[in-house]
Amino acid sequence: MSEHGMGASVRRKEDYRFLTGNGHYLDDMVRPRQTFACFVRSPHAHAKIRGIDTSSAASAPGVIGIFTGKDLEADGVGPLICGWGITDKNGEPHKAPAHPALATDEVRHVGDQLAVVIAETLEQARDGAELVSVDYEELPAVVLPKNAMDASSPLVHADVPNNLCYDWELGDKAATEAAFSNAAHVTSIDIVNNRLVPNAIEPRAAIGEYDAGSENLTLYTTSQNPHVARLVLSAFNGIAPEHKLRVIAPDVGGGFGSKIFIYAEETVCLWAARKVRRPVKWTASRSEAFQTDAHGRDHVTHAELAMDADGKFLGLRVNTIANMGAYLSTFATCVPSYLYATLLAGQYTTPAIYCDVQAVFTNTTPVDALRGAGRPEATYVIERLVETAAKETGVAPSELRRRNMVAADAYPYQTPVIMQYDCGNYGASLDEAMRIADHTGFAARKAEAQSRGKLRGIGFSAYIEACGIAPSAAVGSLGAGVGLWEAGQIRFNPTGNVTVFTGSHSHGQGHETTFAQIISERLGVPFENIDVVHGDTDKVMFGMGTYGSRSAAVGGSALVKAADKIIEKGRKIAAHILEASEDDIEFANGNFTVAGTDKAMNIGEVAFAAYVPHNYPEGLEPGLNETAVYDPLNFSFPAGTHICEVEIDPDTGAVEIVNYTAVDDFGTVINPMIVAGQVQGGVAHGVGQALHEGCNYDENGQLITGSFMDYSMPRADNTPSVDIGYTSVPSPSNPLGVKGCGEAGAIAAPAATINAVVDALWDLGVHDIAMPATAHKIWQSIRAAKAAA
Amino acid sequence: MIATIDIEFTVNGKPVRISVPPRMTLVDCLRDMLGLTGSHIGCEHGVCGACSVMLDRVPIRSCLMFAVQADGAAVTTVEGLEGPDGKLSPLQEAFWDCHAMQCGYCTPGMLVAAQGLLDENPTPTSAEIREAISSNLCRCTGYQQIVEAIQLAAQRMNEGVDHA
Repeated sequence: MSEHGMGASVRRKEDYRFLTGNGHYLDDMVRPRQTFACFVRSPHAHAKIRGIDTSSAASAPGVIGIFTGKDLEADGVGPLICGWGITDKNGEPHKAPAHPALATDEVRHVGDQLAVVIAETLEQARDGAELVSVDYEELPAVVLPKNAMDASSPLVHADVPNNLCYDWELGDKAATEAAFSNAAHVTSIDIVNNRLVPNAIEPRAAIGEYDAGSENLTLYTTSQNPHVARLVLSAFNGIAPEHKLRVIAPDVGGGFGSKIFIYAEETVCLWAARKVRRPVKWTASRSEAFQTDAHGRDHVTHAELAMDADGKFLGLRVNTIANMGAYLSTFATCVPSYLYATLLAGQYTTPAIYCDVQAVFTNTTPVDALRGAGRPEATYVIERLVETAAKETGVAPSELRRRNMVAADAYPYQTPVIMQYDCGNYGASLDEAMRIADHTGFAARKAEAQSRGKLRGIGFSAYIEACGIAPSAAVGSLGAGVGLWEAGQIRFNPTGNVTVFTGSHSHGQGHETTFAQIISERLGVPFENIDVVHGDTDKVMFGMGTYGSRSAAVGGSALVKAADKIIEKGRKIAAHILEASEDDIEFANGNFTVAGTDKAMNIGEVAFAAYVPHNYPEGLEPGLNETAVYDPLNFSFPAGTHICEVEIDPDTGAVEIVNYTAVDDFGTVINPMIVAGQVQGGVAHGVGQALHEGCNYDENGQLITGSFMDYSMPRADNTPSVDIGYTSVPSPSNPLGVKGCGEAGAIAAPAATINAVVDALWDLGVHDIAMPATAHKIWQSIRAAKAAA
Repeated sequence: MIATIDIEFTVNGKPVRISVPPRMTLVDCLRDMLGLTGSHIGCEHGVCGACSVMLDRVPIRSCLMFAVQADGAAVTTVEGLEGPDGKLSPLQEAFWDCHAMQCGYCTPGMLVAAQGLLDENPTPTSAEIREAISSNLCRCTGYQQIVEAIQLAAQRMNEGVDHA
């Protein structure tokens, strides 16, 4: 392994600028003559707009323009779209009610935007927005997904009966019913996957800019996928043709899914820049982030597991009501369907699975993909069921899992819910996690804790996820409106250094480093001579962006293909100059060598020859610059076992995570230091969901948890250290053998943590606890169980 | 109504005389008037800590303070953490070595919080580090590598003193 190649814990290229305050985040940008936008937002969860009076605001100091949804309509700006079509049980397409960027007739959640004020300064824009007078007629609101379909519930959209977006199913219902009829034991659970607010620390922001001379528009935006934003803003919102629109996502301060989507504010800033003929800037306040960043999760699920007398899983039956919020966000529909139910086999050989999902509208912020996106929800269902089944049948939780795991020699393994797992070794991850967690010592630790009056519990989560969503044709057949390949370009410069372009986007993942490691390893170019460019539609050919842990598996593989093309062309150039047959040229460590001789050319010299082609193969194009597009053969399937050990103070209900072990199979690891950071960050997110975070609305649809004072984020003093191990089975589905690591922690940790909490409380009679398992909730559960005993 | 108020303070050791609107926060003054965009705005209600700067060597939230309140004070931002020779501080180096940042947005505030801790307590335990930096939110890292970085910086700084 070289110092900067694959497998090395290289310090990141991007960090110097972050450490010195020289990052370029969106709000740091100042465009000449820029103006500021402030949005007028609904204070009501549901109301008719009877009138909007902008006259006072129009004459306020500094105000340049005030626009409403009617202005957008008049300009032919299309509504915001949902890019994944779901076909329901009856063969009907999902309901897709209109989602105007600025609401015209009704507002449907607190924070729904209906006008924008543009002014010389931010303060003037805010003051102007205060002066916009909206005549609302309040309407009743529906808030909880479990109530959404009731006949008595108000309709979020008049044209969507029962607030039902779709009623969708997957799996063989009859086979599953049959499995249950033969079961020796059935375990049932009712669970809620709590609603989360993404809360990237950098709020969303945008600057729209118009060049009157060229009629080109530029959108600077906090995006995880600038090319997708350009495509949608052009093809669906109709703001500018693609070749007249440039989208730039500079340093982006975290996304976690929430910056995938094409939102109203970015759309309006871009459109308004042409209206006012000046740049228009908007930066979300944290309140706006809470109200308008697409939220995550929010499932209500009833699930049942059928087993035979030996504890073999026979069937799994799952019903989920999934909250879409007030409108469909960009990829909302696929999250509780194809990203969720397709993973319900988990690591197990359950032969019959049936899942049906009712996606419903409520008067709440739209819900879409958040770190894990459907897979944390699936893992929580399976692993809470398995843990409960183990407790009910008296089989050790690890043993029950082991009995049902897909065997290491059973790949490719076809699940009953579409997915074909390509490789894995789940038992190895379980064994390694139990070793690191010192599972055999747990009984003694529990007894010792008991002597101090504390309750100890241990919980497992054997998860699987599907990453690098692909191939394009397959996801297209499931309803995706986009292809899911990735583009990469390797451009040698004449002096031998390299500029790499990727269609994926780094907002913390470290692509500038890991992709340089891949190129350094493959092409033998010194690491410091490689720069990675991303996030600009004018620089990068095209790209689908970064989400679903796809960047290394798909974007990295595109770069491997491009590197192969570079070597192929370089071989021709070297053969000509070294006066050898092309077949005799070998390439290793950056040198083209004539086999069996000491005649060699470094790839940097080959690049120079390609750009100064004085002595050059006839008919070969000058230059050394190759582009490749990679469309994977299959998803990749990271999997592993996490074990959480908690100690609970029964007098206060306070939980402390005393040990947390994560053993993951991510396939090939490019940079272990970066991967460890992804695991720890993911676990923090998952533990946050399990113990701290929960987004709550009151019965009128007012957002109660609308600030960091009210919404509990994981902090350094309540987030565990993670003991990390790997069991790597390289993925056969891409040339790097990588699987993806960004979401595993968020997927595995909620179930591991809650299983540990319930294990600690089981003997008291507490057999379930809803997330977030706050001290207050645990204390109440203990009191209730004692009262009932 | 007073349009602006004249204030004098030092920022990263350099004297600054500036006229600010009374309702301008310190972080807006640093970012918009002085071009020091390293201090980030994450919540504007004093919880996330992304805007943390040192005021007379004590970490404070620059979003919760008006610029006029900094009159006469010495402010240090992330841009002032490097040594006079342009070398990264031991804390910055350790953050780099330990991968103590991902998206980098909380990093300036986290460095300030950590520097404040080390100024007060050069040999913190990991529990003391976690307690100290629990003032600052990071959504990416899960904090572990930040804790490791602060420990490494403390160790290197203490070794440096021993070797001197």
